[in-house]
Amino acid sequence: MTTSEIQFDVPADPVVEGPVLQVEDLHVSFPSEAGRVQAVRGLSYHVSPGEVLGIVGESGSGKSVSSLAVMGLLPSSARITGSIKFQGRELIGRGDSELSKIRGRRISMVFQDPLSALTPVYTVGDQIAEAILVHRKGAVSKAAAAKRAVELLDLVGIPNAAERAKAFPHEFSGGMRQRAVIAMAIANDPDLIIADEPTTALDVTVQAQVLQLLETAQEVTGAGIVIITHDLGVVAGFADRLMVMYAGRAVEKGKVDEIYQQPRMPYTLGLLGSIPRLDVGEKQALVPITGQPPSLTDLPPGCPFAPRCPMVVDACHTAEPPLIEVDGSDEHHAACIRTGEIAATDAEGAEAAAEIFGAEVVEEPEIAKVPREQRDIVLGLDHVVKEYAVNKGVVFKRRVGTVHAVAGITFDIREGETLGLVGESGCGKTTTLMEILGLEKPMGGEISVLGTNVSSLDSKRRFEIRRDMSVVFQDPMASLDPRLTINDVIAEPMQVHGYSKDAINRRVPELMRLVGLRPEQLSRYPGEFSGGQRQRIGIARALALEPKLVVLDEPVSALDVSIQAGVINLLEELKSKLGLAYLFVAHDLSVVRHIADRVAVMYLGKIVEIGEVDSVFDAPRHPYTQALLSAIPIPDPVKERQRERILLTGDLPSPANPPSGCRFRTRCFLHASLPPEKQRTCIELEPPREVQAPDHEAACHFAQIRQVL
Amino acid sequence: MAGFLLRRLVNYVVLALVATFLAFTLASATFDPIGVLQQRNPPPPAASIEAKKRDLHLDQPIPQRFVTWMSGVVQGDFGRTITDRPITDELGRRIGVSLRLFLLGITIGILFGVLLGVVSAIRQYKFSDYFATLFSFILLSTPVFVLGTLLKMGAQGINDSIGSNVLIFVGEETPGFQGNWFEHLGDRLQHLIVPTLTIALGQIAYYSRYQRSSMLDVLGSDFLRTAQAKGLTRRKALFKHGLRTALIPMATLFAFGFGLLVVGGTFTERIFGWFGMGDWLVTGISAQDTNITATVTLFVAVCVLFSGWLADVLYAALDPRIRVN
Repeated sequence: MTTSEIQFDVPADPVVEGPVLQVEDLHVSFPSEAGRVQAVRGLSYHVSPGEVLGIVGESGSGKSVSSLAVMGLLPSSARITGSIKFQGRELIGRGDSELSKIRGRRISMVFQDPLSALTPVYTVGDQIAEAILVHRKGAVSKAAAAKRAVELLDLVGIPNAAERAKAFPHEFSGGMRQRAVIAMAIANDPDLIIADEPTTALDVTVQAQVLQLLETAQEVTGAGIVIITHDLGVVAGFADRLMVMYAGRAVEKGKVDEIYQQPRMPYTLGLLGSIPRLDVGEKQALVPITGQPPSLTDLPPGCPFAPRCPMVVDACHTAEPPLIEVDGSDEHHAACIRTGEIAATDAEGAEAAAEIFGAEVVEEPEIAKVPREQRDIVLGLDHVVKEYAVNKGVVFKRRVGTVHAVAGITFDIREGETLGLVGESGCGKTTTLMEILGLEKPMGGEISVLGTNVSSLDSKRRFEIRRDMSVVFQDPMASLDPRLTINDVIAEPMQVHGYSKDAINRRVPELMRLVGLRPEQLSRYPGEFSGGQRQRIGIARALALEPKLVVLDEPVSALDVSIQAGVINLLEELKSKLGLAYLFVAHDLSVVRHIADRVAVMYLGKIVEIGEVDSVFDAPRHPYTQALLSAIPIPDPVKERQRERILLTGDLPSPANPPSGCRFRTRCFLHASLPPEKQRTCIELEPPREVQAPDHEAACHFAQIRQVL
Repeated sequence: MAGFLLRRLVNYVVLALVATFLAFTLASATFDPIGVLQQRNPPPPAASIEAKKRDLHLDQPIPQRFVTWMSGVVQGDFGRTITDRPITDELGRRIGVSLRLFLLGITIGILFGVLLGVVSAIRQYKFSDYFATLFSFILLSTPVFVLGTLLKMGAQGINDSIGSNVLIFVGEETPGFQGNWFEHLGDRLQHLIVPTLTIALGQIAYYSRYQRSSMLDVLGSDFLRTAQAKGLTRRKALFKHGLRTALIPMATLFAFGFGLLVVGGTFTERIFGWFGMGDWLVTGISAQDTNITATVTLFVAVCVLFSGWLADVLYAALDPRIRVN
């Protein structure tokens, strides 16, 4: 083994006929204080060699537990029955040492959170080499394994792999760590790769890179892939077959195209209908699925989805429906006694969902009919700058650099309008938000709220003006004080602003009704509510003082898809009813397209493109916007397979040392394709924001329209 | 990194000086060695009292006395005791006695404490975990002098049943013992076993609780699952990836535990008649001896600050995330 052409797979894998993985009637249960949790209840599926199976479901649906059961990685308290056959061999009942010979060698796994998936105290290269050494002890030398680790890192697209292999995990970005985990997963040329929400924690541009990499990994290894996700968009273009899980069971499975076009189970319909679509220009009716997934400790008889189902009839409560063949296809199965009626509706996919769930398009507010120029400016930012000093030294601090978090941004929001602020993490979205909420004089530029320049405010005026502006935070779990009752939570802003007791007692129940909660629940604590309900409480608190502007910091990104739609609908209704203006910060461009009137795209502390939402999404001018949009998966398998992805290379540069000229040029595909003299323009001159179309500006020297949807 | 540690070391020297100065001032201001002298019966002649005052520099203001004492310390002279014996002579011997007792006790305590904590964590809510928890809580709530006395009684029982004095629990060696170096070693070991056990048991109980909780944090972590997914057996993943990471927060505890115990072991030294540093502090205070008190305080300060420094070094060695350039 002296050449670099090390071939590890000398003995060919035995060719096994039939599926790689065959799961039959799998049950998994865990003990809990409330009784046994039946996490997986009679699950059957198979994966053929080279096939991609997508498993879709909300949190708690049993999708991850069933995969961990395949890996043999469930805690010892789990009770597992049924059959898991891998290449014809039964895995249930095998001991840890036997399973460890299969794990990482024939079945490997990619986990959700790349930030914590690597051991912090060993180098990345060592951890990849370990995956090889543990299965080929004696056959492969340490040096050969280390060399192979570098090759694998190179294969998964880590630049400068030999050098980076010596780095520790904390020196890698999230996307790079996920690449390293994938390198580990393909190190031994496995026959099955299980990817458990592999892109959930990543930015959209990185998500696209990782999905592409998984496709490459499949081509290299020829393995079957199980990809688990809650996002129907992610699997549309990648999976061959799909299985939808609910309450520990498969409720629908079949070929990807069939399920997206002819879903035959109301839950699948709801899921499809609840996703805002990036490629739909006109206002779309979002389907909220009301209620909560059932508790898995004590399921009542009947269909577990019945309490949330719009098509429920008495028969649904008598017995749990089995998976039956639908549409005469032996591949497509659904667990619903009314599939025939669903099949009879004319509409397809998401439209059928809107019809069945009775979702309606939220009406535009009155004020939207007034032309934009004639409305008042609620919030105005003019060349706002925020910089952080980078200091060194313990006793005598000296400044060694500056982080240009926000480098002069300008935008305004008018009455009754929603501006979506989008960009990758680290682009300065949150800093901008904090600058606005702080109501202090910015380091550079000007911020004005309702026509008042904030730098001229004294503390009394500043306090008064806070009434007109409120905020809803991302994490509904962390943003409510667990020791206050809901009544106290909602009443607090009014107490601070000196409302009378009577006024508060009248207003609080009113606010509860406004956000779709029952006033009887006011004496409860936040812990007793679900994520979606808590976010509604957060919204009620934000509305308490009748603000004109609400700042929404990723308000739906922590929620499950079915819940997310309900909160988005609520926000739209409130805007229409109360004439609010929103600053909506998000990384999910589909949600932004659905809810926003205008959108601003940020990159490294600058706005690169801003304008009316349809104009920006349908005819993006800036290469970064084009790349962002092209990275968002569309929940439509046919469209998705035809789309051409623009993959951005690498990660966001450090804002402490931004590139000269155009800040995006280091990752820009357009810049790379330009002749050298034009490239010099990008390097030397910072592109100004120029009008491209009515209410549409972009900051690129060579802006041109490119259709990406 | 080396520069960082060096700067830390300089800071520590200043801190040690401040601590010693405070102890010296406090002792000088409250002790009244002349009063003790005057109450002797028959009272010593006035001339010798005056001479004693001069010897002890009691005619000087306290800060000046400190400077006088410190300038001796810098040259390796820690002054004289009230009974006019050079402190420096005794210092080395006493440090040796303390270190012999505590280094062994702490090493055993750390090793078995970590082991017990890990086993407890892995077998959480099983019999062995409950047993370890009970064992730890009983030991942690037992005062050292009770534990020491109980162990003495136990050792006596063992000696009686064997019919020979195998476990010796008074002093650190048999006075006037004759024999070659090997026999000397055996004699010292016989003296060491019971006091070491007294220290080690408490340390095991203490460290096992912390190790258990730090290991539990790691047990649910994603990287442990990744290690198993690669094909490591659970046991191997637990030790190579789990324990290695769970040891990081323990580094500070280990280091400071050592620093504090060297003097915190006063009871143990007194119970077993070992003339170490802890014993000396008590002797010094009861004799109203400023020099002994200040010397022991300086030693404690150096121990604690060295531990802090050691914790930094250990941290950097264990955790690549905090290695700074």
